[in-house]
Amino acid sequence: MARYDRAITVFSPDGHLFQVEYALEAVRKGNAAVGVRGTDIVVLGVEKKSAAKLQDSRSVRKIVSLDDHVALACAGLKADARVLINRARIECQSHRLTVEDPVTVEYITRYIAGLQQKYTQSGGVRPFGLSTLIIGFDPYTDVPSLYHTDPSGTFSAWKANATGRNSNSMREYLEKNYKETSGQETVKLAIRALLEVVESGGKNIEVAVMTKVHGLRQLEEAEIDAIVAEIEAEKAAAEAAKKAPAAPKET
Amino acid sequence: MKFDTSGLESAAPVWGAPSELVDGFSAAPSFEVPNTTDFDGFQKEAIQMVKPAKGTTTLAFIFKEGVIVAADSRASMGGYISSQSVKKIIEINPYMLGTMAGGAADCQFWHRNLGIKCRLHELANKRRISVTGASKLLANILYSYRGMGLSVGTMIAGWDETGPGLYYVDSEGGRLKGMRFSVGSGSPYAYGVLDNGYRYDMSVEEAAELARRAIYHATFRDGASGGVASVYFVGPSGWKKLSGDDVGELHYQYYPVMPSTVEQEMVEAAGA
Repeated sequence: MARYDRAITVFSPDGHLFQVEYALEAVRKGNAAVGVRGTDIVVLGVEKKSAAKLQDSRSVRKIVSLDDHVALACAGLKADARVLINRARIECQSHRLTVEDPVTVEYITRYIAGLQQKYTQSGGVRPFGLSTLIIGFDPYTDVPSLYHTDPSGTFSAWKANATGRNSNSMREYLEKNYKETSGQETVKLAIRALLEVVESGGKNIEVAVMTKVHGLRQLEEAEIDAIVAEIEAEKAAAEAAKKAPAAPKET
Repeated sequence: MKFDTSGLESAAPVWGAPSELVDGFSAAPSFEVPNTTDFDGFQKEAIQMVKPAKGTTTLAFIFKEGVIVAADSRASMGGYISSQSVKKIIEINPYMLGTMAGGAADCQFWHRNLGIKCRLHELANKRRISVTGASKLLANILYSYRGMGLSVGTMIAGWDETGPGLYYVDSEGGRLKGMRFSVGSGSPYAYGVLDNGYRYDMSVEEAAELARRAIYHATFRDGASGGVASVYFVGPSGWKKLSGDDVGELHYQYYPVMPSTVEQEMVEAAGA
């Protein structure tokens, strides 16, 4: 047992936890994920790396539900994600059992973040190498929520956020283009942000939508393709509009 | 109560510091088993010896305006009345009340503990705990001490987001949701008056008077109940004590002495 209480996560002289920072590196290498909150809807979008020909793509769902009203997407080590998701699902049911109420999104986010933090302050273990985006609706209200956690165990609520590969570019795009949207507009905003860094096409993106009434719904590839086509058309129209006023000047 | 998650734990042991405040109360306690030939019989005898009879009358009911909670105030040890002024309605927090029947120490301690847990829930979740949740927390604790001699027969009454709430929780680990409950040795008498006079559409005064009368009648017939009949009301803005009347005085209010005509009066004999 003596071998196991050597702490892996220790402070550096200038106050860094290197293991946590290395875990964040692992997150930065993970697939891109984006979440956008609307007035009556929350959307998660995840980059799907091209599947091997023989792989059954349905077994590689990247957006999972934790309960009827909460869903999660993550970037980073997928095996760590499985463990965290299982613990979160148990906690959702345990909460229903002890207080006869479904969890609030903030509660389960706090639980997951707390779990991630515990593994940065224990002997013999390494931090979880993933950041999560958690969406959902609180029970009894119609208010949608989007939360983000990271390997250090911090969490906060967001109107829109991105994590994983090229998350900075996605976040910049969202900061420039975010406005309060609802319904299909929110879905389009999420996909537009994802398309900034991902090859366009329905087979490279996985999108799921959560509403109060219908819960979590994964979008079909065909649906995503249709929305992508709409977005491309809008982009082309915008480009044309930019060029058109200049045309009369040319002779 | 937590699910058994041992199958899903990762193999590496986590030496995090356990939270003393929570683990100290929620971990199931145990003690060494004594050497006897018949342990089950011994256990039953021990419980009978430790468990004092629930000599009391408490009642609570939900009606249109909220919840009424009422109780007597007598504590008895066998045939000896040890106190006529026991507070049997415990204020868990400004919008939740608990009643005491059974062991006084057990009820007081575990209600205070429940108050702590409710406050921690508020601080962590930024909203009040529901009556459902609070009663479940208490029931789970009492269940984990099942068979160890706790004697608690309590009602948790309160007002939360979903409106008025009333639950009966006891030391056997049982928990029941309901509209009307009475607990204690005087409860059969209280039920008689309460069930007869109950209507959902009562005003607060009518409901309080019904509760007062029910407690009074229980104290009249049950030797282990008496003292002061306290009546509380729990509404949207929390609980409020409505009255505390000595049951002896209530008796003469309900049944005033009628002067009767006398045929002959005795005159004091003059001299020896």
